[in-house]
Amino acid sequence: MTDSKYFTTTKKGEIFELKAELNSDKKEKKKEAVKKVIASMTVGKDVSALFPDVVNCMQTDNLELKKLVYLYLMNYAKSQPDMAIMAVNTFVKDCEDPNPLIRALAVRTMGCIRVDKITEYLCEPLRKCLKDEDPYVRKTAAVCVAKLHDINAQLVEDQGFLDTLKDLISDSNPMVVANAVAALSEIAESHPSSNLLDLNPQSINKLLTALNECTEWGQIFILDCLANYMPKDDREAQSICERVTPRLSHANSAVVLSAVKVLMKFMEMLSKDLDYYGTLLKKLAPPLVTLLSAEPELQYVALRNINLIVQKRPEILKHEMKVFFVKYNDPIYVKLEKLDIMIRLASQANIAQVLAELKEYATEVDVDFVRKAVRAIGRCAIKVEQSAERCVSTLLDLIQTKVNYVVQEAIVVIKDIFRKYESVIATLCENLDSLDEPEARAAMIWIVGEYAERIDNADELLESFLEGFHDESTQVQLQLLTAIVKLFLKKPTETQELVQQVLSLATQDSDNPDLRDRGYIYWRLLSTDPVAAKEVVLAEKPLISEETDLIEPTLLDELICYIGTLASVYHKPPSAFVEGGRGVVHKSLPPRTASSESAESPETAPTGAPPGEQPDVIPAQGDLLGDLLNLDLGPPVSGPPLATSSVQMGAVDLLGGGLDSLIGGTNFVAPPTAAVPANLGAPIGSGLSDLFDLTSGVGTLSGSYVAPKAVWLPAMKAKGLEISGTFTRQVGSISMDLQLTNKALQVMTDFAIQFNRNSFGLAPAAPLQVHAPLSPNQTVEISLPLSTVGSVMKMEPLNNLQVAVKNNIDVFYFSTLYPLHILFVEDGKMDRQMFLATWKDIPNENEAQFQIRDCPLNAEAASSKLQSSNIFTVAKRNVEGQDMLYQSLKLTNGIWVLAELRIQPGNPSCTLSLKCRAPEVSQHVYQAYETILKN
Amino acid sequence: MIGGLFIYNHKGEVLISRVYRDDIGSRQAADSAVFSSSGPFPGEWLEANRRNAVDAFRVNVIHARQQVRSPVTNIARTSFFHVKRSNIWLAAVTKQNVNAAMVFEFLYKMCDVMAAYFGKISEENIKNNFVLIYELLDEILDFGYPQNSETGALKTFITQQGIKSQHQTKEEQSQITSQVTGQIGWRREGIKYRRNELFLDVLESVNLLMSPQGQVLSAHVSGRVVMKSYLSGMPECKFGMNDKIVIEKQGKGTADETSKSGKQSIAIDDCTFHQCVRLSKFDSERSISFIPPDGEFELMRYRTTKDIILPFRVIPLVREVGRTKLEVKVVIKSNFKPSLLAQKIEVRIPTPLNTSGVQVICMKGKAKYKASENAIVWKIKRMAGMKESQISAEIELLPTNDKKKWARPPISMNFEVPFAPSGLKVRYLKVFEPKLNYSDHDVIKWVRYIGRSGIYETRC
Repeated sequence: MTDSKYFTTTKKGEIFELKAELNSDKKEKKKEAVKKVIASMTVGKDVSALFPDVVNCMQTDNLELKKLVYLYLMNYAKSQPDMAIMAVNTFVKDCEDPNPLIRALAVRTMGCIRVDKITEYLCEPLRKCLKDEDPYVRKTAAVCVAKLHDINAQLVEDQGFLDTLKDLISDSNPMVVANAVAALSEIAESHPSSNLLDLNPQSINKLLTALNECTEWGQIFILDCLANYMPKDDREAQSICERVTPRLSHANSAVVLSAVKVLMKFMEMLSKDLDYYGTLLKKLAPPLVTLLSAEPELQYVALRNINLIVQKRPEILKHEMKVFFVKYNDPIYVKLEKLDIMIRLASQANIAQVLAELKEYATEVDVDFVRKAVRAIGRCAIKVEQSAERCVSTLLDLIQTKVNYVVQEAIVVIKDIFRKYESVIATLCENLDSLDEPEARAAMIWIVGEYAERIDNADELLESFLEGFHDESTQVQLQLLTAIVKLFLKKPTETQELVQQVLSLATQDSDNPDLRDRGYIYWRLLSTDPVAAKEVVLAEKPLISEETDLIEPTLLDELICYIGTLASVYHKPPSAFVEGGRGVVHKSLPPRTASSESAESPETAPTGAPPGEQPDVIPAQGDLLGDLLNLDLGPPVSGPPLATSSVQMGAVDLLGGGLDSLIGGTNFVAPPTAAVPANLGAPIGSGLSDLFDLTSGVGTLSGSYVAPKAVWLPAMKAKGLEISGTFTRQVGSISMDLQLTNKALQVMTDFAIQFNRNSFGLAPAAPLQVHAPLSPNQTVEISLPLSTVGSVMKMEPLNNLQVAVKNNIDVFYFSTLYPLHILFVEDGKMDRQMFLATWKDIPNENEAQFQIRDCPLNAEAASSKLQSSNIFTVAKRNVEGQDMLYQSLKLTNGIWVLAELRIQPGNPSCTLSLKCRAPEVSQHVYQAYETILKN
Repeated sequence: MIGGLFIYNHKGEVLISRVYRDDIGSRQAADSAVFSSSGPFPGEWLEANRRNAVDAFRVNVIHARQQVRSPVTNIARTSFFHVKRSNIWLAAVTKQNVNAAMVFEFLYKMCDVMAAYFGKISEENIKNNFVLIYELLDEILDFGYPQNSETGALKTFITQQGIKSQHQTKEEQSQITSQVTGQIGWRREGIKYRRNELFLDVLESVNLLMSPQGQVLSAHVSGRVVMKSYLSGMPECKFGMNDKIVIEKQGKGTADETSKSGKQSIAIDDCTFHQCVRLSKFDSERSISFIPPDGEFELMRYRTTKDIILPFRVIPLVREVGRTKLEVKVVIKSNFKPSLLAQKIEVRIPTPLNTSGVQVICMKGKAKYKASENAIVWKIKRMAGMKESQISAEIELLPTNDKKKWARPPISMNFEVPFAPSGLKVRYLKVFEPKLNYSDHDVIKWVRYIGRSGIYETRC
């Protein structure tokens, strides 16, 4: 017997016939009729007219028939609320049935009938079912609480169902526990503030026990719930991880991914030195690889998540490149995702293999995939610098294939590589002749025009094209016209003739209207307003948006908390695609133990001591900026500075003293002065200007913040010589502004100055020149230029500078602390892409967080203030009302510091997260920030 | 959680629709008639369709002109997950941030359950069993939360005949519910067999990607251990294989055993288990212990990448002779014990799209040019180990203006060999049933190894 026959009747009097059958005495006939009704319902016919007749069939001991009637009820009750009441009695009766299957069925169905009047009647049966002796009924009732909450949240709270539900977490049956957890998690989501799930070590323990026993689905509910828990300390985190790891061998991919989520999250809390940390990392790789042998849809979900995991912790899969090689028969969505991950995993070790693969992919059929593969080659060139040449030669090979989209993509990619490797231009120009496809020729001409200032013989090259102008296709002609105009705007003196030639060719000798129009426009522009022409022709091009963009660090952290879910598939926070209040609770990774310590340090460490404590340092002039001086100048010479050294200890602990080698390695970096003017005075029209896009608007630099002078060497310690001073940085040069006062009774002469070796190689760039002898009570002001090429020795604290000053009387020693921002160089602006890559690349352990209090600046003000001290805003983002500034700065010795500054409008304190390969500097950078922002 | 579940036929007509959440537009009046296209008021339906997110799936995915670009689609803030079985689309719909992996696992599971009840998933079968499917959907998904979906358990109380509640004894009922919710949800109590018997199949698929020069670009074996158990009671089983880690661990105790079996042990990269296996025990002791479901199930899946025996080596030679001719020579070499026989060997040599004619000469088997598949298919019924065979073909091409070069898809191979290419060996499967009086020795056990080609490709 088959059911499909129920679908076939479509006679006019159908409803009437059905009505008759439903009221038949014969049970079999009744059942047949109900089936027909359901079939019509599925098809989308309105059978609501049969409501009373169907409900009449409810009273039956035939479970199958009962289920069908219930199905009907769920569909139509809402449209016929009054009639639905007729069913209530049966439901209530069924909830008392001796058969647990029927009790459960009744309570399950009742929850699905979203009619207010019915929910009132539901409460009593539900209460009983939640305490039913049979676990099957209890697990169904648990879910029913969530259903009821969805209809009437207040009712659920008033009736105390939430407490009963909480009790079920301790139920003896694992499935009841799992469903209770699922229901509570969902209810808790709509009440973000309530402490509904109240997870504590005891309840966590219960969940972990149930985890071993319940169904695969239950395990997912429990793991997803565990992921929301915040362990007290790293010990607890580790013990939970230990109990979750066996799940990685589960056959169900969702169980595996949810377990990965819990592990990735709690791993944040574990110290990297722990043996267990390493073990855990090793354990994560194989299950992730196994996910790739699942069905394609799951592979897709897995790959989207692996993409996140690889960005967060590249070390996990760094040796697994091969498993991401694309298979010929993979669905396109799997191919594209694999490609993305391949690029992320590309390194010097595997680049040869990757390039060989990518070249192979460039011959495939799917245009999107091919384009992406070609683009990937370009990304490899940027990512693995050593491979640039190889990548370019691969691209040139591809250009030879003459497949138009491959050529286009290759040229576009090469254009991107240009920004980094100008040497490529030469290679390309050599290949000019081999391009016979108009599209490729046009692209090539575009390149020559765009980068004219960097191609010595750009005019010759373009001229050679011009010879055969009329034989070229229109697209080449158009491109040639534009390129020559660009060239003219960049090198006006040498190319005047050329531009006139091309303009006349385009406007007079051509009968192509497009070409003529373009020619005339250029002509007018150039003759009337060359400045406007420049703005139009050399307009900045937006960065090509790439699908392989790195995800911003805060978003990445949030997405890690959503592993396995849709958010991780879309790579968007749930708020971007979920309506209403559900699921928009902002999740974040637990703070690492290490970083939480350092976050506290500014408060606990005495460096930021209030102004009253060291009043002797503050100069008599009574500057209002006193408290800042404390930070920057540190204690006076007298006695070893207890306070500062304790801070230093903290900083060193975080790092494990890797600085020496680091500084040693960057010792010979040339002083930054040479590179400075690049973004200060260069015309905006330069081809590179888009890299400095944010810089250009801000206005001129006024130099870094300068602290007022402070007394470094009191007169009584130096036989009458008082030295006060400060440090400045102006247009790339650092100087020490000194004020020498002779408080002795004799004349002072023969001044000289010397620095002890220090952390950043600061040294006087010129001798200390005091031209005339210093007579008693006389003061001179001297600006002593400093260089950063002196010998390097790590000091404690890092910014400590020991100075010896000699005069005719004696040699005096003192030490002072210099503010770190004098070391921030002018080319400290990182490219956006680089910033993201670097941020991700620097291990989390190196991140330090600080609070900057009482700084009521808005993002723009802060950004411009910081910029004048060479802290550059790379990107800005607004997340839920908070302004996030991503900033970069570079120290004279080449150390990059990346910062995320979170400013909340209306809140005077802002949060600063710093990431740096040499985390010792973080503390000092923070102080520099504070100093700059507060002045 | 899952807001609704829909099954569509290839035309995009809804065969089954079950809405669990209010946020998914209920489709009472929506949709065109599936089984009878001549319904009244088409205008009204159309209007309703517009409002219905579910129909968006049909329009945007099933009827989309393009190839499917993602198994997850977001249309108007509603997310659709879909899988396809033959020409049937199963779609789960949600408006929340659900666990995506779980939704797909559930969809696969649902396919398994349906297949276990009525065989192939086809439009015909779905229509024939729509009442059953609704019943199943009611049971395995509650408010969008997946519940117990083990076929073994489901079959005890969801049957096509319909259970009359008064016919069940109280014990039977509570047995059902305790099984559905219990720790061992996959097996019922009181199973009895006159002959206790079990079958173990080690099924491996060996995957290879080789460069034209014979360099292995990637190779791995993904294997499955499938068990068919016909055992009485609640038997406690323990499965052992030549896992390197286990053998090395034991080797520390007895030195001579290492020398005996150590060589043959294999390194397993990763494995996953059926939910009956106690994972925490595997994690701590690496022992695989479980109470099996009755009948057939997949005990474990594993993956190995080291020391794989590649049963065949393909040596391609493609030469372009002018613009209108290609010469192809392919040699295959079998690489296993001469006493073993490989079967169902098939080599697929792709040909360019502009092929006009092919002449093939092969020493063994049959070769044919299949124009519709753009390939030369060479079939050999059997081939013993350590043998070699060769095919050569001349492909004539039509001259073409298309400058795009032929992509040269890889040469692929299919075969079946009677051993496990990973080297995996079953060492034991011990059965203990403490309550019934049969011992491990009374159980008849069968083990079989089958190695098949997965994606076995050589680039040319």
